[in-house]
Amino acid sequence: MNEMSKNENLDIQIYNFAYLDENTKRMIRRALLKALCIPGYQVPFSSREMPMPYGWGTGGIQVTSACLIPKDILKVIDQGADDTTNAVSIRKFFQKTANVAVTEKTSDASLIQTRHRIPETKLKEKQILVYQVPIPEPLRFLEPRETETRKMHALSEYGLMYVKLYEDIAKHGHIETAYAYPVKTNGNYVTDPSPIPKFDNPKMNNSPAIQLFGAGREQRIYAIPPYTNVKSLDFEDYPFEAMKANFKCSICGSSDSYLDEIIVSDDGKRSYICSDTDYCKEQTKLNSKKED
Amino acid sequence: MYVAVKGGEVAIDNAHSWMSEIRRGDTSIPNITLDQISEQLTLGVDRVMSEGSLYDKDLAALAIKQSRGDLIEAIFLLRAYRTTLTRFSYSKPVNTANMTCLRRISATFKDIPGGQKLGPTFDYTHRLLDFKLLAENEAPISPTKKYNDNKMPHVLSFLNQEDLMQNEKDNNLDPIDITREPISYPTSRSARLQALSRGDEGFLLGLAYSTQRGYARNHAFVGELRIGIVDIELYIPELGFEINVAEIILTECETVNQFQGSKIEPPQFTRGYGLVFGQTERKALAMALIDRALRWKELGEDYSGAPAQDEEFVISHCDNIQATGFLEHIKLPHYVDFQSELELIRKIRADAKVNMKR
Repeated sequence: MNEMSKNENLDIQIYNFAYLDENTKRMIRRALLKALCIPGYQVPFSSREMPMPYGWGTGGIQVTSACLIPKDILKVIDQGADDTTNAVSIRKFFQKTANVAVTEKTSDASLIQTRHRIPETKLKEKQILVYQVPIPEPLRFLEPRETETRKMHALSEYGLMYVKLYEDIAKHGHIETAYAYPVKTNGNYVTDPSPIPKFDNPKMNNSPAIQLFGAGREQRIYAIPPYTNVKSLDFEDYPFEAMKANFKCSICGSSDSYLDEIIVSDDGKRSYICSDTDYCKEQTKLNSKKED
Repeated sequence: MYVAVKGGEVAIDNAHSWMSEIRRGDTSIPNITLDQISEQLTLGVDRVMSEGSLYDKDLAALAIKQSRGDLIEAIFLLRAYRTTLTRFSYSKPVNTANMTCLRRISATFKDIPGGQKLGPTFDYTHRLLDFKLLAENEAPISPTKKYNDNKMPHVLSFLNQEDLMQNEKDNNLDPIDITREPISYPTSRSARLQALSRGDEGFLLGLAYSTQRGYARNHAFVGELRIGIVDIELYIPELGFEINVAEIILTECETVNQFQGSKIEPPQFTRGYGLVFGQTERKALAMALIDRALRWKELGEDYSGAPAQDEEFVISHCDNIQATGFLEHIKLPHYVDFQSELELIRKIRADAKVNMKR
């Protein structure tokens, strides 16, 4: 048994606070500062191999590692939920390597790492939201070459993107992007919001929190400073429209939060529940208070 | 009422302990030792060291054991460990001309100074299952001879003498380290070679093969392939001289390719270069072919649109740790994105039905 506990201590001692060494963290912080100074600009950084696979949040994890301080309170969500497998795994990683306090409560957290959602509870000043980003380049699926897309950003040449949106409307009457819906940051760079549903896009605008984006495999970091204008791309006659399932959460009854559809019976009956588990819990509590 | 699945944490712990149990297999069979792996599965160990970018047989063997023989998983373990190591110094460039060769062949000259040396190769084996290996404790002994200490200069240096081979000029720049700075395109040959040397053997093999079949065809002669031991020398400032800190096995391949010449340059041979940790012949050959294909711009050749000529395509997709991570991440939950797609497709279909009725 002593052997065991020795080994566990060893695990913590081998690695620096929050896993990455201080030089690497400094390199990442420099990239973060640059990113905050040029909102929406993709800063190349020398991404490290992390002990979890590329594509599983290594960019977000590196950003979190570079930002964490011992008194931080960390929340990790995936698909809005604290208890999804990868969120559990990432939270455990930082508990083990940084020994920081963790929470599921959005309002208690000083740093929130997320995949695919922005919490429903409004973020505050001094909170940091770290996004995991698979493909940081919003133009990637229109132009696969990095050499070209960097030029397009430099020249603000976003015609291709608008043509794509226009063609969607011409063909289907709608813009055919439901998640990772492109935004323009600070009136300048077209930016990928990471694969959040477009329902979440308006939350990015003028947010009091710092929004940091890490793409590990693609070696890019970008940022949206607090109180920055973030506009979802649209046309005057086809304005952007946030979208969600038009139902109420079958747990808390909320109709304003983003809902996951679940299949509840063998004949395919559907039910809808909040994707943000913390918000759902809070709403349930509020409801029971009202009933009392 | 239905409650969404909870307990990810318990599920993860249980999955991990089940995996450990399965990794060990039938406990009535002796546990495989790291020595057995590093001594008897050498080529697997070499591949893990080369693509893991870390020359350590024991750690590579441990990674192979832990990963149940999944070499990409083993490479991943080694890479993740490697990143945590401090770079306290860089060695002097290795001198492969002084290699103690285990194997050294040239397909361009029948006889060469230092001689051809076949070495431990599968090349001329008949691929027949050897049922004798079913019996344990076999210890084959091969005939021995004193190591021929003849100098083995690089074969291509003889073509250099006549100016038939394009001379590789030193640009006097420090080579780029792609593990310390992000790659930007167009990149340098040093960055390309590092990426290829760490790249996935299967991916490079397929690409190299494609050049042989006409996608950016440039026929390659194996000028020389050598496998052997080289010294790693480190300059110690406190001592004021270099000391030998390690001996490692490398595989080096230099190909001789045609070059048509241009208005200002008469035709000359050009070179493709492969250098990989361990005994990794297939990889070194493939690397040399791809290196040559990627040099089209520098040599003023035509871009035929072949994948092997496309630097950004090759370099950004050759790393198996990046590739496997991103490929496999689609197993992660995507409930939220999928939900948004569901809403959108329902909306579009509803609108379309209304339009059709009109």
